[in-house]
Amino acid sequence: MSTQKRPSAPTTQQRTSAPAAQQRPSAWYAVPAVAFFGLFAVVPMVLVVFLSFTDWSGFGFPELSGAGNWSRLVEDTEARDALGLTLLFMVLSWVVQTPIAILIGVWAAGRQRNRAVLSSLFFLPLLLSTAAIALLWRSVLDPNFGVTQSLPLLDRFNFLGDTDVVVYTVVFVIAWQYIPFHTLLFQAAARGIPASLYEAATIDGAGRYRQFFTITLPLLKYTVVTSTVLQLVGSFTTFDTILILTGGGPGDATRIAPLYMYIRGFSGFEFGYASAIATLLLVLGAGLSLVVTRATGFRSMQSQQEGA
Amino acid sequence: MATTAALAEPGAVPPAAPRRVRRGRPAGRREKPNWLAGVLATVWLVIVAVPLYYLVSASLRTRQDYLSTSPLTPTGEPTGENYSTVLSGGFAQYLLNNMIVTVATVAIVVAVTVPAAYTVARNAGRTVQRIFSVMLIGLAIPAQATIIPVYLLITQMRLYDTLLAIILPTAAFALPVALLVMTNSLRDIPSELYEAQTLDGAGPLAVLRHLVLPLAKPAITTVAVFTALNAWNGFLFPLVLTQSRDTRVLTLGLWDFQGQFGTNVPGLLAAVTLSVVPIFVLYLVGRRYLLSGLTAGFGK
Repeated sequence: MSTQKRPSAPTTQQRTSAPAAQQRPSAWYAVPAVAFFGLFAVVPMVLVVFLSFTDWSGFGFPELSGAGNWSRLVEDTEARDALGLTLLFMVLSWVVQTPIAILIGVWAAGRQRNRAVLSSLFFLPLLLSTAAIALLWRSVLDPNFGVTQSLPLLDRFNFLGDTDVVVYTVVFVIAWQYIPFHTLLFQAAARGIPASLYEAATIDGAGRYRQFFTITLPLLKYTVVTSTVLQLVGSFTTFDTILILTGGGPGDATRIAPLYMYIRGFSGFEFGYASAIATLLLVLGAGLSLVVTRATGFRSMQSQQEGA
Repeated sequence: MATTAALAEPGAVPPAAPRRVRRGRPAGRREKPNWLAGVLATVWLVIVAVPLYYLVSASLRTRQDYLSTSPLTPTGEPTGENYSTVLSGGFAQYLLNNMIVTVATVAIVVAVTVPAAYTVARNAGRTVQRIFSVMLIGLAIPAQATIIPVYLLITQMRLYDTLLAIILPTAAFALPVALLVMTNSLRDIPSELYEAQTLDGAGPLAVLRHLVLPLAKPAITTVAVFTALNAWNGFLFPLVLTQSRDTRVLTLGLWDFQGQFGTNVPGLLAAVTLSVVPIFVLYLVGRRYLLSGLTAGFGK
C-alpha cells in the first residue's frame, strides 16, 4: 500500500548481484503464454489487416478485393461521423470523470466520520457489470415509466430519445460506471501523500484550498496521468454500454466507431469493410497508447506498485 | 529491472519526503469539516444511491404496482415473484455458464502467467525481454478491433457457440495485465532469496515451486480477481462467438431478458439484481482482494 511513486524495496533491488545468473529460468517458461497470446491476440491483429483487403460475408472464405474497402472508408461520411463522435466521447468523458474522481478520491482519503461507510457506497457501481449498468439506466431513464419521469425538472428531458441530449446521457452513464474506479486510484494516491507536508503547510498558514492546489494536486499528477490513459483508452473502445443503452441511436446520434464497425460486420455482413474500420481503430488505438505512454512514462510507472 | 523502472520514474515525490507508514490513524489534518467536498460527495452519493435503491425496490414490486405508482415509492407489499420468474427463465443455466467461463479463464491465465512472469523477472536475456515488450503492447489492443478475425478463427476451429469460444480469447486478452502484475510482484522478491535457493542446488523448476509460487500468492490473487471480473462481465466475445441458450452467459442473458420481458421492468431489474449477487458476496468476503483486482496493474 505504498504510494505508486515509490518503489517498494529499493535497497534489495539495488543489491542484485551477478553470480546466480547461470541458474536462471529459460525462455521456455514463457512459451505457453506467448503461444496463447500469439494465437488469440497477435494472429487476429495480423488477420484483421488482411481481411480489410477482402470481401467476406461471414460464410465461406474471404475473397481478395484489393483496396476497395479502404477507398470506400475514405469516402464514408458515416465512418467519419462515428470517429468524430468517438473523439467527442473521449473528451467529454475525461472532462466529466477526472475532476469528480479527484475530488471524491481526495475526500475519501481523509479521515472524517462515516467516511468508510460512505466510500463503500461510492464503490458499489464497481460491482455491476456493464450490461447490468446499461440495463439499469435504461429503465431509470425510460421516457414512459422511468425514475426521471417522476422527478421534477428531470421529467422535461427525454434522455434516451432526444438526439441533442443522448450524447450527454451516455457520457453520464459511463461516468457513473467508471468514476468509482478512478476514485479508487486517487484515494490510494492521496492516502500516500505524507501528512507532514500538510502539517508544514498548515504551520505556514496555508488554508485548505491552497493546500489542495499546491500539495495534493501536484502530488497526484502521476495518478492523473494513469487515470487519463485508462480513460482515453477505455472511452476509445466503449462498446457494450452504448449497444445496450441506445443501440447507437436514436438515428446515429451515439453510433461511435467500434459500434459502427460491429454493425457493418455482424448486422450488415460486410466483414471485409468492417475489418478496414477495425484496422483503423487498431492503428488509432495503438497510436494513442503509444503517444500517451511515451509522453508520460506510464509503463515505467506501472511497476511501482507492490505485490497487489 | 524494478530498479531501472524506479530510476526511469521522474522524481514524483520529493526525495526528502518521509515514507508514511501509519495508516488508519487519525492524522492531525482535516480538523474542520470540509463543506465544499462534503456537499459534492453528498450529491454524488445521491446519484449513486438512488438508481441502486430503485434497482432493488422496483424488483420487489409487481408489474401493476410498478406501473401504477411512482417508481421510487417503496412498495407496501414486496413480492419475490419476479425473482422466481427470472430463476425459472434460464437464469440458473446462464449463471452456471458464467461460472464455468470465469473459472476456466482464471485457471488458464494463472497457469501460463506464473512461469512466464518468473522468466521475465529473472532472465534478463534479450529474447525474454522482447517477448515481454510485445505482450505489453497487448495492453493497448482494443478487443473490439480484433473481434472479426477472432470470430473467423473460432469458426475455423469449429468452436463457435461453445463455452471454449468465450474462454480462449477472454484469457488471451487478460494476459498482458496479468503478466505485468505478476512480473512486478516477482521482481520485488529480493535477489538474495533466489540466490540462496540456487546455492542450495535448486534448479529453476524447484525455485518456481518452492520460492516463486508461495511468494507470488498475493499477486496470483490479484490476477485471479482481475481476470475473474473481466470474464464474469465479458460481453463482446459471448455476443459474437455464441448464440444458443445452452452457451449463454449472464451478461447476454440479461440483455435477452430485456427483450423477453418487454415492459416487465421489475422482472428485468430482478434479473439485474440477481446478476450482482455473486460479486456482492465476493465483495463482502474479500473487499481488499476485490479492490486490488480491480485496480490491478494501475498502481495503488
